Amino acid sequence: MKAYLSRRYHFSASHRLYSETYDDAQNREIFGKCSNPHGHGHNYTVQVTLSGKVDPVTGMVCNLGELDSFARTNLIDRFDHMNLNTLDCFANRVSTTENLSIEIHGIFARFRSAHLERVHVEETSNNSFDYAGDAKSPAGRL
Amino acid sequence: MIFLTRKAEFSSAHYYWIDSWSEEENRRVFGKCANRNGHGHNYTLEVTVAGEVDPVSGFVVDLKQLKDILEREVVSVYDHRHLNLEVPEFRTSVPTTENIAVAIWKRLDGKIPNAKLHRVRVYEMPDLFADFYGEQT
Repeated sequence: MKAYLSRRYHFSASHRLYSETYDDAQNREIFGKCSNPHGHGHNYTVQVTLSGKVDPVTGMVCNLGELDSFARTNLIDRFDHMNLNTLDCFANRVSTTENLSIEIHGIFARFRSAHLERVHVEETSNNSFDYAGDAKSPAGRL
Repeated sequence: MIFLTRKAEFSSAHYYWIDSWSEEENRRVFGKCANRNGHGHNYTLEVTVAGEVDPVSGFVVDLKQLKDILEREVVSVYDHRHLNLEVPEFRTSVPTTENIAVAIWKRLDGKIPNAKLHRVRVYEMPDLFADFYGEQT
């Protein structure tokens, strides 16, 4: 009996879109106001979808307390109220929400109690990004 | 093939508890959800059906009919009820969001004329939901 469980988490962080490959003028041209040298910030929402068999005893795909604790340690504590550009994972990558989605997918892929289907990251209420690993189309079933 | 989704809402009480476990074990696994006095949620149900658009009516299913089916099969049974104590399927299974999605699928499967049940999504709260697509091979 396979079911899909989705949980949403929230954190607030600053960032700046900037690539050292480009000069300042090119950064401004490509990234627009997101390239403001002083940075800017967002309230991010992360929606994690996990799948697995519903345990016939507990009725759960996985224990939510365990998932929340994992998310607290590995997602919230790491990203909340941080400047994304200062984190190791963005040392050599632009802190776009595409790259953030891939990073967060890598984080929840290490959660062992259920299978990670995809992550959906909302940067604003109008911009959201999905990553389900290279092999899958996130637009598929869900 | 077109997918049509209809929402319905119900407010219910529940708790998570397994009789064959000790109180300590229930509290360890289910945390505050194991409070035997129960607690409650405003649930949102999204039922997605798949079918072909009727060339004359332009409908996949008659929405009024679908609304009535959700009301009869689910809302009238679950709304303002205690799921553990008053809904038969949860006498033997824990009313987790996952099990509620599975139970609603069983209540609706085969009862929607001219369309196939595609997905049952149950929100326990805006930040937590479960999806069930029926038994998958």
